[in-house]
Amino acid sequence: MKKLMLGNEAAARGLYEAGVRFVSSYPGTPSTEITENTAQYKEIYSEWAPNEKVALEAALGAAVGGGRSFCGMKHVGLNVAADPLFVTAYTGISAGMVIGVADDPGMHSSQNEQDSRHYAKAAKLPMLEPANSAECRDYAKAAFELSERFDTPVIYRLTTRVSHSRSAVELGEREEIPVRPYAKDASKHVMMPANAKRRHYDVEAHLGALAEYAENCPFNTVEENGTALGIITAGNCWNYSKEAYGKTASYLKLGMLNPLPRKMILDFASKHEMIIVVEELDPVIEEHCRALGINVIGKQDGVLPMCGEYSEELLREKLLGDERAFCELADPIPPRPPVLCPGCPHRGVFYTLSKLRLNVSGDIGCYTLGAVAPLSAIDTVYCMGASISSLHGACKVRGEEDKWVSVIGDSTFMHSGLTGLVNVVYNGGNTTTIILDNSITGMTGHQDNPLTGKTLMGEKAPNLCLEDICSSLGVPREHIRAVDPQDLKELETAIKEEVAAACPSVIICRRPCALLKTAVRKPALTVDSSKCVGCRSCMKIGCPCISMDNKKARIDASICVGCGLCEQMCRVSAIG
Amino acid sequence: MKNMNIMIVGVGGQGSLLASKILGKAAMDKGFDVKVSEVHGMSQRGGSVVTYVRYGEEVYSPVICRGDCDVIISFELLEAARWLPNLKPGGVIITSLQKINPMPVITGAAVYPENIVGNIKGLGVDIRAYDTESIAREVGNPKTSNVALIGLAQTALGIDNETLRAAVAACVPQKALDVNLAAYDAGVKLAGAV
Ligand code: SF4
Ligand code: SF4
Repeated sequence: MKKLMLGNEAAARGLYEAGVRFVSSYPGTPSTEITENTAQYKEIYSEWAPNEKVALEAALGAAVGGGRSFCGMKHVGLNVAADPLFVTAYTGISAGMVIGVADDPGMHSSQNEQDSRHYAKAAKLPMLEPANSAECRDYAKAAFELSERFDTPVIYRLTTRVSHSRSAVELGEREEIPVRPYAKDASKHVMMPANAKRRHYDVEAHLGALAEYAENCPFNTVEENGTALGIITAGNCWNYSKEAYGKTASYLKLGMLNPLPRKMILDFASKHEMIIVVEELDPVIEEHCRALGINVIGKQDGVLPMCGEYSEELLREKLLGDERAFCELADPIPPRPPVLCPGCPHRGVFYTLSKLRLNVSGDIGCYTLGAVAPLSAIDTVYCMGASISSLHGACKVRGEEDKWVSVIGDSTFMHSGLTGLVNVVYNGGNTTTIILDNSITGMTGHQDNPLTGKTLMGEKAPNLCLEDICSSLGVPREHIRAVDPQDLKELETAIKEEVAAACPSVIICRRPCALLKTAVRKPALTVDSSKCVGCRSCMKIGCPCISMDNKKARIDASICVGCGLCEQMCRVSAIG
Repeated sequence: MKNMNIMIVGVGGQGSLLASKILGKAAMDKGFDVKVSEVHGMSQRGGSVVTYVRYGEEVYSPVICRGDCDVIISFELLEAARWLPNLKPGGVIITSLQKINPMPVITGAAVYPENIVGNIKGLGVDIRAYDTESIAREVGNPKTSNVALIGLAQTALGIDNETLRAAVAACVPQKALDVNLAAYDAGVKLAGAV
């Protein structure tokens, strides 16, 4: 049966058919739906781990424990998981293990444009990359055979457009593979120097064998269309190349990105007068070709860009000098950046921080949008968990603990905020941490986490209590307080008092995400235009429902959820 | 048939994912090679959202370039204007008249362009604009505007009514089946009447 499937959904199908038993991941766009979909198969135990390092280690344990396993993450998540990643090449596995990582060329939903192919090379692990949904399924299955044959985890790389495109997939049956017997082998699995020294030779040996395999593997294919032009490409860039060049070029499509073949590439290059390398992000294939002495057209000669996403249009423009005619309006088109939703519980927090003129060390999540006008509340956003730890450093050199706060979401706090808070307490910091507890992992589309009381598979989980956690980390009880961020007065008082405190403090802003089914939706509020004096105070909270119409505020009833925040802003009680 | 390139554009949260799912399924049921490219993540929070649907004999790229789109289905007027450069000469825009102010317009940093439909027509482009909100309200569920638009676009899509309607029925939440089919039918009827 053929089905139109999202790349990530097809990847999950491949995992299912490969007999995978265990999946542990942390959500991150564009990788999230792989794990959401494995959770739909009752044969696969699937879980959200608190972070990617834990997920990878759990998957390693499952594989060594004898069951085929998978962990999934976005590109920056692999940074968090890099420590166990490197050691897995040395220990090898027992049952197959695949590490899924989704890169985000063009940064649709990310803080950088890093290229995870470097990890495969650095950690000495094989890497596969599919180009469409059918390949997502096929490669996921094949990755396990590769993993078991060479006794190594395999990195399975996707990019946003492959993860989030739908195309046809032929469905197959699941292969039931029993759990392998466990045999203790400390020389292979206890990575202390004496053992690791020996294992390094094994790693180099199987890398050599993999390099041989790459020369003839089913993932690297050639399509010959004459000798004038050869394109070496991989993943979605193959799709763009096919659209731009059709049958006017030959293609070497690489599905195995590490190790890259040598003979195969040299042979392909020798048969074509001109070679172009088409790859997004870093010039990984290009550098490999240049090291082989092949003169290619690519990024390093400035023809193709280093930054951003590629497209058929880009290839046509840069390589073929072909620009299509198009029309556009004379009027400038205002941009439409994403905004906090109507009724978002974060809005009042950022409004208050802005009003109190506090500097804000921010973090990764929907609430990063608190940086955008008119709230403009956030000073810094780096990576998961950095809000607390980087503020600690800033305050150690500047003092000024009363002028700064860090703001972090519930899921991000559990991911990597805990250790930052321990550092504050341990090293005598007295910063204020605001935890936005909206009972869900919001930005990635509503995943459960250790604080929501529910697992990915819908089971009830122990309700971890943020107050208890912070208290046991050493934050004084009397300086841990929970507030409803919708109550602007209470919120302001709490923030003023805690930033002034001479000890570490935590404010938990507790209210569910406005998009959750459990969130209370009230009738839309309206503006009494006879009372409205047009002062624009209600506009300061940046709610997308409110606009000015003929010098009076107006609320769009079709999207207002009646949260009541704007009501508190109006000094003449025009809103109700 | 040559490849059809369709873009579904709107504002995050307006239901473009459902519309592209319907179209993708219908094209697949017709036996075409299909690629649908969706947007997940940050833009879904009220940002500008575009979904590409491509179908035909052989489709590789999931993305549609400037000057290459046959039909733009737009849930919001400003978004139709934003993606106009993607339309190919002779292409058609089918848009809702709904306007949603983006934050820069709300804060006064930018203005919402006036007379978008008239100005696009002035460029010689075939643009058909409809009050989809009132169609949706008439059938009894304001959330069905997106399905009404699919009905309004049917004749431009190269997919017959029966197949498209069946795809609507298969993709919408089953508890809202009747109201969605009513919205779709109303769209088809209105497009035929104009
Ligand atoms: S208009 Fe007011 S009540 Fe409605 S969602 Fe916005 S802030 Fe809340
Ligand atoms: S705060 Fe009140 S008076 Fe001022 S613009 Fe808004 S509704 Fe009108």
